[in-house]
Amino acid sequence: MKVVINISLKEGVLDPEGQAIKTSLSNLGFKNFSDVRTGKQIILNFKKIDENEAILATKKMCEDLLVNTVIETYKINVLKD
Amino acid sequence: MRSGVTIFPGSNCDRDIIVALKEISGKTPIKMWHKDTEFPNLDLIVIPGGFSFGDYLRCGALAARSPIIKNIKNHISRGGAVLGICNGFQILIEAGILPGSLIRNEKLLFTCRKTILEIQDSMISPFLSGLKKGQYLNIPVAHNEGNFFASETLLNELKNEGRIAFKYVKEANTDDDYNPNGSCNDIAGILSKNGKVLGMMPHPERAIYNLHGGTDGLKFLSKTFEKLIG
Repeated sequence: MKVVINISLKEGVLDPEGQAIKTSLSNLGFKNFSDVRTGKQIILNFKKIDENEAILATKKMCEDLLVNTVIETYKINVLKD
Repeated sequence: MRSGVTIFPGSNCDRDIIVALKEISGKTPIKMWHKDTEFPNLDLIVIPGGFSFGDYLRCGALAARSPIIKNIKNHISRGGAVLGICNGFQILIEAGILPGSLIRNEKLLFTCRKTILEIQDSMISPFLSGLKKGQYLNIPVAHNEGNFFASETLLNELKNEGRIAFKYVKEANTDDDYNPNGSCNDIAGILSKNGKVLGMMPHPERAIYNLHGGTDGLKFLSKTFEKLIG
């Protein structure tokens, strides 16, 4: 079972990378959007574990290490085989 | 003064701070490998700059979960002093020892240059009580993620508790972009509640000899040393 974690910066936290991408997109003529936010994705491969257990384990990993909850938020999605 | 310097894979300012501390105290600090957990009681632990664990995940995140962090927390609970410089500051924040966050520099540039620091009202701290409020120190920075970010509530708390150690300030009569990273309220370093833990982005170990272009780092570390042995 694959568990996908999407981590993004909280609203109001400066995302200079997103701003730089926005400027570059505008220079290319893409102007019909108001904001660009970046983030990162972490994919975990679980073996022989039920879905709830995998989600609980992933949440603990996010809180203990993977996410800086001061500035970041995360969403967990389970991809079934 | 008995001091120690932590070393993680990717630390690269450990040698310079060891030389600086030896210069000041006459004693060579012990080297503290991140996986070791047995150390003598020390007066000061320095977490040096560098790129621990290649800055993977977030700067300082992996180092902050190393075995040695437990020793550092015990040292702090015994009333020991800790100085985190640059990546060391990032590690202290990731370990939850200091609050806030250090995010990407506002202009997306790795910045390596001189900065002017103004000592704030932090008389409780052995790191600053030998210096005067409003005094300037010329100490360089070199980082990519030094933009101190905190909520309004935390910023007020730091200010009211006298826990802002240094702010970047403008040199008189210049239009310099004095804040190198866009940090909230120009903050360059903060203290723990008891003043014994200091995290700072600037590198005092890079301002020790005249050859470095200035000796304010030596002045700062010497005052700290006097207070810690005092």
